Amino acid sequence: MSLITTLARLEAVDSGRAQPLATVRHRHLTDRPLVLVPLTTAGEAGAPLGALVGTDREAPRLLAVAQPRDRDLRFAFLAELAEAVLPHIEACADVVEPAERNETDPATGKKTKVEVELCLDAAQVIVPSRAGVEFVRLLGRSMRFRRTAEDNPDTPYPAPARVPLLGRWLTHYGERARVPGSSLLLASTDLLNRHWATGQSSLEDQHLGALLSWIDPPAGSSGAEAALRAELARDGEGQLLCPPAGPATDPDFDNRLLAPAIERYDRARTALASAEDGLAADARLGELSAAEREIRSLLARVMLPTWDAVWRGLDLLRQLPEGARAEDRWTRDRWSFTAHRDRVRSGEPPQPRRDDAVTAAQKLASRETAQAQLEAQEALDDPLVLAGRRLAGEAFLGTVSGVEMAYTESKRPSPRPLVTVRTDERPHLGERTKVYRSLDGKPQTAEFVRAEQETDQDGEILLVLRILDRMGRSKEPAPGSVPEPGERIAWTLFEHDQRGGPKLPDPEETPWTHGGPPGADAATRAEQPDPVTPEDLL
Amino acid sequence: MRTGFDPGAEAARATGAILDDTLRGSSRGIVVDSPPGAGKSTLVVRAALELAAAGHPLMVIAQTNAQVDDLVVRLAEKDPELPVGRLHSSDSDPYDKVLDGLANVTKSAKAADLAGLDIVISTAAKWAHVKNVEPWGHAIVDEAYQMRSDALLAVAGLFERALFVGDPGQLDPFSIVGADQWAGLTYDPSASAVSTLLAHNPELPQHRLPVSWRLPASAAPLVSDAFYPYTPFRSGTDHGDRKLSFGVASDGSGPDRVLDEAAESGWGLLELPARHTPRTDPEAVRAVALVVRRLLDRGGVATSERAEDPVPVTADRVAVGTAHRDQAAAVRAALAELGVTGVAVDTANRLQGREFDVTVVLHPLSGRPDATAFHLETGRLCVLASRHRHACVVVCREGVADLLDEHPSTEPVQLGVTVKFPDGWEANHAVLAHLAEHKVRWKP
Repeated sequence: MSLITTLARLEAVDSGRAQPLATVRHRHLTDRPLVLVPLTTAGEAGAPLGALVGTDREAPRLLAVAQPRDRDLRFAFLAELAEAVLPHIEACADVVEPAERNETDPATGKKTKVEVELCLDAAQVIVPSRAGVEFVRLLGRSMRFRRTAEDNPDTPYPAPARVPLLGRWLTHYGERARVPGSSLLLASTDLLNRHWATGQSSLEDQHLGALLSWIDPPAGSSGAEAALRAELARDGEGQLLCPPAGPATDPDFDNRLLAPAIERYDRARTALASAEDGLAADARLGELSAAEREIRSLLARVMLPTWDAVWRGLDLLRQLPEGARAEDRWTRDRWSFTAHRDRVRSGEPPQPRRDDAVTAAQKLASRETAQAQLEAQEALDDPLVLAGRRLAGEAFLGTVSGVEMAYTESKRPSPRPLVTVRTDERPHLGERTKVYRSLDGKPQTAEFVRAEQETDQDGEILLVLRILDRMGRSKEPAPGSVPEPGERIAWTLFEHDQRGGPKLPDPEETPWTHGGPPGADAATRAEQPDPVTPEDLL
Repeated sequence: MRTGFDPGAEAARATGAILDDTLRGSSRGIVVDSPPGAGKSTLVVRAALELAAAGHPLMVIAQTNAQVDDLVVRLAEKDPELPVGRLHSSDSDPYDKVLDGLANVTKSAKAADLAGLDIVISTAAKWAHVKNVEPWGHAIVDEAYQMRSDALLAVAGLFERALFVGDPGQLDPFSIVGADQWAGLTYDPSASAVSTLLAHNPELPQHRLPVSWRLPASAAPLVSDAFYPYTPFRSGTDHGDRKLSFGVASDGSGPDRVLDEAAESGWGLLELPARHTPRTDPEAVRAVALVVRRLLDRGGVATSERAEDPVPVTADRVAVGTAHRDQAAAVRAALAELGVTGVAVDTANRLQGREFDVTVVLHPLSGRPDATAFHLETGRLCVLASRHRHACVVVCREGVADLLDEHPSTEPVQLGVTVKFPDGWEANHAVLAHLAEHKVRWKP
């Protein structure tokens, strides 16, 4: 945790309210995000219990599984989820703008511009918590390899038609969420924690209700009190007033309300199955649907507070203006969205279970680039974030007190002006450390030459910097490219842009150090499907 | 001298076997584990020269530009006639200016310009951009344990067989984003190059250098036991071969007493009163600076097997090691205030591979309320405790042993990942227990 975050947290404790960590919103929010509040069944990995989903805060769609251990019902739930989510994705996939992309011609090796489609907007999905992101990933993994009757008429227990497709999309969203700064799939708690510091521990910050209590406490109450209430307060039946944001449920809810309701549902089902005549069956069917309705209303009761909390969090975030460079990162999300759309449309198989060596290295490299870029962009977009970097000695603000022209010693001298900057900050500058400033949105590089002592009574020092680039090609620097005396400039010790990494070999050319091409050692380490056990076919 | 163990002969035997495998073996890779100061660079230089002499042109892959330049200079010292290529980046000042004075060295930013030279050296990052060249028959990968698996993936197509040399006890490579998703895969891109290499090629011969020439007899047993419990090594020198002494007698202050203790025993612990502090603990930082100041003021002289006469311990033979960069910056500022210049002050990551007469270390856990995986990392402590030829002084707040007991390692166990042993918790306790015997309490 950086020093400035620690300070903000101390201030939050002191004042009883969350303190801002940012003055702008560092993640793009679309006009119509899809909010998904999933619940899972305790003790049954990957068995969804229910979900609220939709783009209209007034009209969430309630999905529920009355008996989560029943695989038919589970598939019915997933099919319904696909019907709720996929139209949202497909609506975005069809609206495109023309764009250009650099591609390397495989024959000549030359780089050429290719006309491609870029989706005008990508479908954004918001879940309440980080565990929700994890659950999206799990759902994706459990669905994308399913076979439908259309894929293979002989497949036992075929999945409903659109379920594998939803699995592929959710897998893509889960994977994209790992890219720093991406906004395709966001957790509400992560979003809020990026922008506010509370006076509680970072573990407690994962509780959406408590987090919102700190940021926006009810009138007349402190954040700490409201957060404690959100975590602990229960009603007359012993149920939490602010149920967990899921996907896990509160054990008291499971034991006291849900388990008995599911049991009633099971009994009604058994009774219906053993009904001997139509009249009895009718009556028992009524009991069964009553039992199902009860479960649905129980689930709605614990999911609605979370649903409202997610939207409230979005409201709070929308009050912040969007950071200038967040749009740029969202464009990358749109490219990622479009690329997955194209893979699906061209009939490529679902994402493999594990990345091969080259893909894994590529993903790691691009995420590291994204992380460095995100840190730089946030600091450039937001004075408060920059203040944190200044406090850590990674940036400084200074007033130009003098400019002295100097030139390189070569046949064609280029300008290398020496700029003296007055500052009361103490950046970690070493000899020839590079520093950068933003000039018309592009970084200009300078190097640290020396510190002119002495520290005066205001604690200010003079730093001499040599400007290295962006001054044009002629002997005299282009107008406006050299700082003027009196100008107040933010310099950073970190680069503003990231260079792309080296090109890795194609997967078919994976070298011997990394096991050779995928499938080369198939004979020895082929992935066998799990053997069929009696439990698989009940 | 000790009987039954002749360090020179042991080391020569190990080196001989490695060179034999390299020149005449049939396996595609050879891995050499080298403890701190065991002559890794000497081995790399020698293997490169012998391969070149045998008519095998080769490429050398190091991790940093400083390492590359150092190797080029060492090669030129051994054989000033041998044509060596230094492949460098296209940034400004891509290499050390010393290289301009070496007649045998060709420098270029393009690999094609260096084709045909006996030895071409560059960093892994630069090699990764080299494309469309005829692969080399041989390569030497230096500091292979500090190289990431994905970096090896990018360059492995450039050579047919390679000698991988490195120190398994030092800091593992790291990634600035989470890589848990690939943990347990044989080719986890965030793992070290050697672990990927051995996971896919378990039959490769593995060698070990058995003698540390840097660490004194006082330090080798501790570093060997604490960080290399299954691959022990010895020091090349014996007790009494090296001596550190001062021209000026102690003034009885804490820094002077801890310097005397360190000169006598090789280790010194300057313990400040227990306290939770910010990372740049002003008292501890000042104590570190004072120890350095007194070391230089008191006219330290080092006697060793390297020279007949005692050699003064000057600022360039002293280093300060910290865990974090802001701590290093704070120590630099404190030293500047005391008028000390020329002392290397850096983090463990940047001190890797370097050697000094005396080191002063700010303990990574000093003053902390918690012990995170970063601060417990075995390699960090190992680097800090194994840079010195004569003595190491550790500055630390009281209470680290209790802190360790309150924070057992809680990292999740990942399936398929080889458990590193010893863990940082264990190694930290071992080092602390040893340092406790050389403790000087001091209240600044």
